[in-house]
Amino acid sequence: MISSVITFPGSNCDRDMDVALKKFGFKNKMVWHDDVELPKSDLVVLPGGFSYGDYLRCGSMASKSKIMKSVLNFAQGGGKVMGICNGFQILVESGLLPGVLLRNKYLEFICKNVFVKVNNKDNSYFKDKKKEIYEFHIAHNEGNYFCSNEQIKEINDNNQIALFYSDENGNINEKSNPNGSLQNIAGIFNKQKNIIGMMPHPERMIDPALSGEDGSIFFENLINNLR
Amino acid sequence: MLQNCDQLKKENNMKVSVVITLKKNVLDPQGKVIHQTLDGMGFENINEVRQGKYFEIDTKESDQKKAEKNVEEMCEKLLANLVIEDYKIIRSQ
Repeated sequence: MISSVITFPGSNCDRDMDVALKKFGFKNKMVWHDDVELPKSDLVVLPGGFSYGDYLRCGSMASKSKIMKSVLNFAQGGGKVMGICNGFQILVESGLLPGVLLRNKYLEFICKNVFVKVNNKDNSYFKDKKKEIYEFHIAHNEGNYFCSNEQIKEINDNNQIALFYSDENGNINEKSNPNGSLQNIAGIFNKQKNIIGMMPHPERMIDPALSGEDGSIFFENLINNLR
Repeated sequence: MLQNCDQLKKENNMKVSVVITLKKNVLDPQGKVIHQTLDGMGFENINEVRQGKYFEIDTKESDQKKAEKNVEEMCEKLLANLVIEDYKIIRSQ
């Protein structure tokens, strides 16, 4: 399995993602934002960070960069694209995913472990796994998912919600919502479920000595599903 | 002579000012905090504060209509996110 991680000016989780993908068997290539052509890939990852210093709106500048034309073509042709944190913001700004990520409700930068509950297993990212609740890390200032009434209806009708913020028992409520996201949304898919955007960082949970192993479970499952 | 050329150039340019505001149904926590702070400073007659963005775009275009149309396109493609924001050209001269 070949993956590509795009590095934008200001990306800072690109190398963590590279380490995580390689650890679980991907042959990963780093791709610069100013490149035009995307290497042949089974998975394209838009990593976390602060592309273009979060100028204007998070992800807005990166979504117009040269490589994104190829990413758009790849995604629209059914290619698997995963956006983590700033990558999620880039995906909504590029129009590949619906909605927008607003400033956190209580205006704080949040950096902590949270629990997320899987909502939809009918996709490459969470298929074939009994596990429903993952402990992942979040670190963001703009993770407050929002969209119009028509969009949220469509998202629910098409079962596009990937992950909810929950507590460790899977309860989804205001208390388990760290940033004010609409319906506790932590991650969503496009209609076809080949594109996922999520605020949590699975790549930060791949070492039992440093963090936890839920990221390892996620990546192992992902590469098995793509094979 | 050179100076005159520069002046002529400047006169041909259009400067377009555009304001971007959050749509009414979008939560504006920053505006809320500003409201609370103003309240604490003694400005007690405020109903609501909404924070927005202001851009001044100096274009090489001399035709007002064309310049405004161009800026509208910029707003729709980059400057504003139409899911949460509205834009309004407030001045072009």
